[in-house]
Amino acid sequence: MEIGYAPATGVLSNIWLLVAIPLASAAILLLLGKRADKWGHWLGVASVAASFVLGLIFFVSLSGLEASQRSAELSLWDFIVVGRLNVDFGLLFDPLAGVFVLLITGVGSLIHLYAVGYMEHDPGRRKFFAYFNLFVSAMLLLVLGNNYVMLYFGWEGVGLASYLLISFWYTRPSAATAGKKAFLMNRVGDAGLAIGIFLMFTELGSTQYSDVFNGVDSLAAGTVLVMGILLLLGACGKSGQFPLQAWLPDAMEGPTPVSALIHAATMVTAGVYLIARSNPIFSANTTLQLVVVSIGALTLLIGCVIGAAKDDIKRVLAWSTVSQIGYMFLGVGLGGGAYALAIVHLLAHGFFKANMFLGAGSVMHGMHDQVDIRRFGGLSKHMKITWLTFGTGWLAIIGIPPLSGYFSKEPIIAAAFEREVVWEAWVFGMAALIGAGLTAFYMTRLFVLTFHGPARWTEDNQHPHESPAIMTIPLILLAIGSVGAGFLMSTSVPDWLTPVFGEHGEEAHGVLSHTVITVLSLVVTIIGAGLAWALFRRGTALEPQPAGVLVTAARRNLYTDAFNEAVFERPGIYLTRALVYLDGKGIDGLVNGLAAAVGGGSGRLRRLQTGFVRSYALSMLTGAMLVVGAFLAIQLGWLA
Amino acid sequence: MESLQLPPIDYGALLPMLILFGAACLGVVAEVLIPQRARNAVQLGLALLAVVAALVAVVWQRGTRTITIGGAVAVDGPTLFLQGSILVLGGVSLLLIGERSIERGGAFVSQAAITVGSQKDMQQAGGRPGATEVYPLTVFALGGMLLFVAANDLLTMFVALEVFSLPLYLLCALARRRRLLSQEAALKYFLLGSYASAFFLFGVAFVYGYAGGIQLDVVHEAVANPQRSEVLLYVGLAMVAIGLLFKAALAPFHVWTPDVYQGAPTPVTAFMAACTKVAAFGALLRILYVAFEGVRWSFQPILGTIAVLTMFIGAILAVTQTDLKRLLAYSSIANAGYLLVGVLALNEEGLSGTMFYLVAYGFSVLAAFAIISLVRDADGEATHLSRWAGIGRKSPLLAGVFTFILLTFAGIPLTSGFTSKFAVFGAAVEGGQTWLVIFGVITSMLLAFPYLRVVVLMWLSEPGESAPTVSIPGFLTSAVLGIGVIVTVALGVVPAPLIDLTREASEFVR
Repeated sequence: MEIGYAPATGVLSNIWLLVAIPLASAAILLLLGKRADKWGHWLGVASVAASFVLGLIFFVSLSGLEASQRSAELSLWDFIVVGRLNVDFGLLFDPLAGVFVLLITGVGSLIHLYAVGYMEHDPGRRKFFAYFNLFVSAMLLLVLGNNYVMLYFGWEGVGLASYLLISFWYTRPSAATAGKKAFLMNRVGDAGLAIGIFLMFTELGSTQYSDVFNGVDSLAAGTVLVMGILLLLGACGKSGQFPLQAWLPDAMEGPTPVSALIHAATMVTAGVYLIARSNPIFSANTTLQLVVVSIGALTLLIGCVIGAAKDDIKRVLAWSTVSQIGYMFLGVGLGGGAYALAIVHLLAHGFFKANMFLGAGSVMHGMHDQVDIRRFGGLSKHMKITWLTFGTGWLAIIGIPPLSGYFSKEPIIAAAFEREVVWEAWVFGMAALIGAGLTAFYMTRLFVLTFHGPARWTEDNQHPHESPAIMTIPLILLAIGSVGAGFLMSTSVPDWLTPVFGEHGEEAHGVLSHTVITVLSLVVTIIGAGLAWALFRRGTALEPQPAGVLVTAARRNLYTDAFNEAVFERPGIYLTRALVYLDGKGIDGLVNGLAAAVGGGSGRLRRLQTGFVRSYALSMLTGAMLVVGAFLAIQLGWLA
Repeated sequence: MESLQLPPIDYGALLPMLILFGAACLGVVAEVLIPQRARNAVQLGLALLAVVAALVAVVWQRGTRTITIGGAVAVDGPTLFLQGSILVLGGVSLLLIGERSIERGGAFVSQAAITVGSQKDMQQAGGRPGATEVYPLTVFALGGMLLFVAANDLLTMFVALEVFSLPLYLLCALARRRRLLSQEAALKYFLLGSYASAFFLFGVAFVYGYAGGIQLDVVHEAVANPQRSEVLLYVGLAMVAIGLLFKAALAPFHVWTPDVYQGAPTPVTAFMAACTKVAAFGALLRILYVAFEGVRWSFQPILGTIAVLTMFIGAILAVTQTDLKRLLAYSSIANAGYLLVGVLALNEEGLSGTMFYLVAYGFSVLAAFAIISLVRDADGEATHLSRWAGIGRKSPLLAGVFTFILLTFAGIPLTSGFTSKFAVFGAAVEGGQTWLVIFGVITSMLLAFPYLRVVVLMWLSEPGESAPTVSIPGFLTSAVLGIGVIVTVALGVVPAPLIDLTREASEFVR
C-alpha cells in the first residue's frame, strides 16, 4: 500500500500554532524572569488551554475530511540541507497525531490547572510553568513531526524538560541524582534512536515518514530488524521498558504534577507512539514483533511484582506505569488490530493514571508530604473528593467494567491469546492475564492502605484535609474521563485510526475463546483485589517486615539497580579513571611535550634572526643556492 | 634598415596605471606649489581621488582581455581583479596613512636620511607638521604594483618591481617615533631588496638565454619545445622565483620581514602587509601559470617545500614573539605560505582561491595594524606584548575587535580567515597537493597559540602598573577599522559573491 499524506489546507495549515503557542509562553516566562512571577502560571495554563482548543478545532476539521484523505502535511521550511540529506521542518496532523494532541493538551491543561494550586507556595512556580510549557511544546512537536528528525527534535526536547523537572528541587540530592539517572538512561535509548535514524538515511536516503514507510519493502529483512531494534531501544529508554526501566520510578522525585503529566500520561508513552507511528517497519518483520511483545510482557510482569512490594505511594504508581506501558508495548508488538488497542489503552491510561497521580498529590498535600502508605489509612473520611476520584482510577486500572480500563486492557489480553504460534499465544496471554491479577492486587493494596482501615498517621498535628477547588476540579474531570472514556474510545478510536494502521478483519480465534478470556480476566482481577482487601483492610505494620526471597527482591527492584551498578556503573567508573590517567599522563604529556618542543624550537630559531643584514644576506644566498641546486638536481636527475 | 614601428597601445587598458602615475607626478608638483597649511588635505584628497578614479577605470575595463604595448602588458581577468584589490586595499591604507589626530602632525616626517639625534632631526620629529611626501610616494608604489601584476614580459616586471619597491624603502624610513629603528629597517629592506632584485634580473638573463625572448608567451613556447640546455631554464626560473619569493616574504627569503615590519611606521607596515602581498603573489601567479606552467612537475615539489618551510617558520617563530608588530610579521610570513599552497594548486580553483585569500587577508591585516596604531604611551605605540595585558578591561571594544581579528587569523569559522583558508586548501587538494594541506593544517594549529595568547593576555591578565592609553581613533582610522571588520565578517558569512567574482576573473591571457 502506497503511503502518502495530503497537504495541509484551510484551517489545518495553522497546525504549527499548536507547537508555537506553548513555546512562546515558555520563552516569555523564562525571559521575563521575576517580572512574570505574579501572572506567569496563568499564562502557562492559558497557553496549553489555547493549544487544546486549537487541537479540538483541527481535530474536528480533520474528521470532516474523507477517510482516505484524513491527513495534513505542512512543510514549514528546509531544516537541514546537506549533500543528500534533506530534512524538512515539517508537521503532520493525521488521526494518530490528532488523538495524541488531544491527550497531551487536554490532560495537560487539567494538570497545569492543578499545578497552579499545587505549586502555590513554591518560589520557583514561574520557572516550573516555563519548563512545563516547554515540555508540552516539545511533546507536541514529537507527535506532529512529519519525519524522524523532527520526532527526534521533540524527543530530545521532552527529555530536556523531563530532566529539568525531575530535578526541579535540585537542592535535594535525591532529586538531582534522579534527574541525572533519567538523563543517562535516556541517553542510551536516544543513541539507539539516533543510530536508527542514521540507518534510515543511509539505507533509504530519507527520514521522511512517507519515504521511509514506502521504502521498507525494498529493504533486506536483516536491515529492517536492526532498524526496528534500534528504534525499539529508543522507545524502551523513553518509556521505561526493560532493560531501561530503572529511571522511571526515581523520576517521582519531581513535583507530583510532573509525575502525572510527563511520567505517567504523556512523555513515557512516546515509545508507544514511536512504535505505532513506525508500524510499517514493525509489521514488516515478525522477529521484530516477537521482541517487542517479549519486552512488553516481561516489563508488565516486572512492574506488577515490584509495585506490589513498594510502600511509597508515588513509587507504586510509577511501577504501575511501567507495567501498564508494558501492556501497550504488548499491544503494538502484537501488530495488526492490536496497534489501535494499544493506543486506546494509552489514552485511557493517560486519564486514570493522571487522575491517580494527582490524587496522590492531593493526599500528600493534606498529609504534610508524607508518601509512605503504611502511615496513611482512614483518609476516606477526610478527603472525600480525592477518595472518590482515586477510587474511579483504581477501579479503572484494575479493569472493572464499565470503567475505561476494562475496555482497553481486556482486548489486549484477548489479542495476546490470538497469536498464531500456539506457545506464544499461551505464554504472552498468560503473562497478560497474570499481570491483570497482580495489578488488581497491588492497586487494591495501595487504595485500601491509603484510604481505608485504621489511621496510622505518625506525625504530630496531622490534620488531613481536602485540597482546594483548583486541585479537586481537575481531579473530578479526570475521574469522569476514567469512568466514561473507555467505552467511548474502544468503539470509535480503532475506526478513527484505520487510515494509520490499515484495515484488519476479524482475527482468527486463538487458543481460548473471547468469552472465556473475558471471564478469566474478571476472575483473576476479583481474586487479586479480594486477596489484597482481605490482607490489608485492617491496616499493616508501620515498617516493612522481614519477608521471603521474592518480596525482598521486589523491594530492591528485582536487583536491576544492583545489576546496573555492577555491570555498567563500576566498570564505567574504572574506565573513566583509566582514561583520566591516560589523558593526564599520556595525552597531556604528549601535548605539553609538543608545546615545549615548539617553544624550544622557536627560541632556538629566533637566535638565527640576528638583526645583522649581513647574516640575512648570507641566509638568502644559502637559500638561493639550495633552490637553484634543487632545481638542477631534480630536473637533471642528479639525485637519481 | 627597417624603420622602428611604434606598437599599438590600448590606452583604455592602461588607464588605471596612467591615472596613478599622473596623480603621483601631480602630487610632487603640488608639494612645491601648495602652501604648508593646506597641503595635507590637498595631497590626501588627490591621492584618494586618484585611487578612486583608477578603480573606476578598472571597473570600466572589466571586460577587457588584451595584450598591449608590444606584449609588455597583459590586461586580463587576474590583472583586473588584482589591480582592483590593490586599489581598494591601497585606498584603505591611505586612510590610515592620512590619520593625523592620533599623533600631532601625523606618523611621518619629511626627510628620511637626516642623522638621528641631530638638531634637525629633533626638529622634524618634534611635532612639525608636514610630511606630505608620503602621499605621492604611496601613489607611486601603488602605480608600480598595478603594473607589476599586469606585466607580461620579464623586463617590464622588473621595472615595475623597482617602481613600487623604491618608494616603499623610503616610506619605511619616515617614522616620526623611533627614528633609528625606522632608518635601520629601511636600509635593511633596501639592501636585501636590491640583492633580491639582482637575483631576479640575473634570472631574467638566463631565461632570455633559454627562450630567446622575455615575453611570457615566448617563454611558454620555449618550455613546450625545448631547443637549448635546460640548465638555463631551471637556473633562470629559480632565480626569477627567488626575486618574487623575497617580495612575498617566503622562507628562507623572509628574513627582512620582522625587522622591517617592526621598524616601519605602522600605516606603512599595514600597506606592505596588504598591498605588497597582493602584488607579489599576483606576479608569481602570472609567471608560474603563464610562462612556466609546462614544467610544473619540477617546480611544484621545490616551491612546495618552500611553502612548508615558510608555514613552519612563521608559525613556530610567532610563538615566542614579544612584540605585536613582529608577531604579525611572522603571522604574515605564515600566511604567505598558505597563499603559496593555493598558488601551487595550479588550477583554476587555486588561482581564484589565492586571489580571494589576498583580499580577505588584506582587509583583516589592515584592521589589525590600525588597532596597533591606537595603543600608545609617551614613546609612541606600545607594541610590546606585556603592555597589552588586561587591556580588555579598560577598552573592551578595542580588545573585542582585536580578538575578532586574531580569531580571523586563526581561521575560526564565520570569519574570512576560515573561508579563505578553506578556498586555498580545497584547491590544493583538488590539484593533488594534499601533503601541503596537511602541513597547512598542522601549522594553523600551531599558529592559533600565539593569537590566543594575545587574546588571553588582553582579557584575563592583570593590567600592568603603567598601562598604555588607548587613543580615540580619528575618523579615518575608525573608517579603516569599520571597513576591515565588516569585510572580514562579510567574507566569512557570505563569501559567495567575491568567490564568484574571482572565478570569473580566473583566466590569464597568453
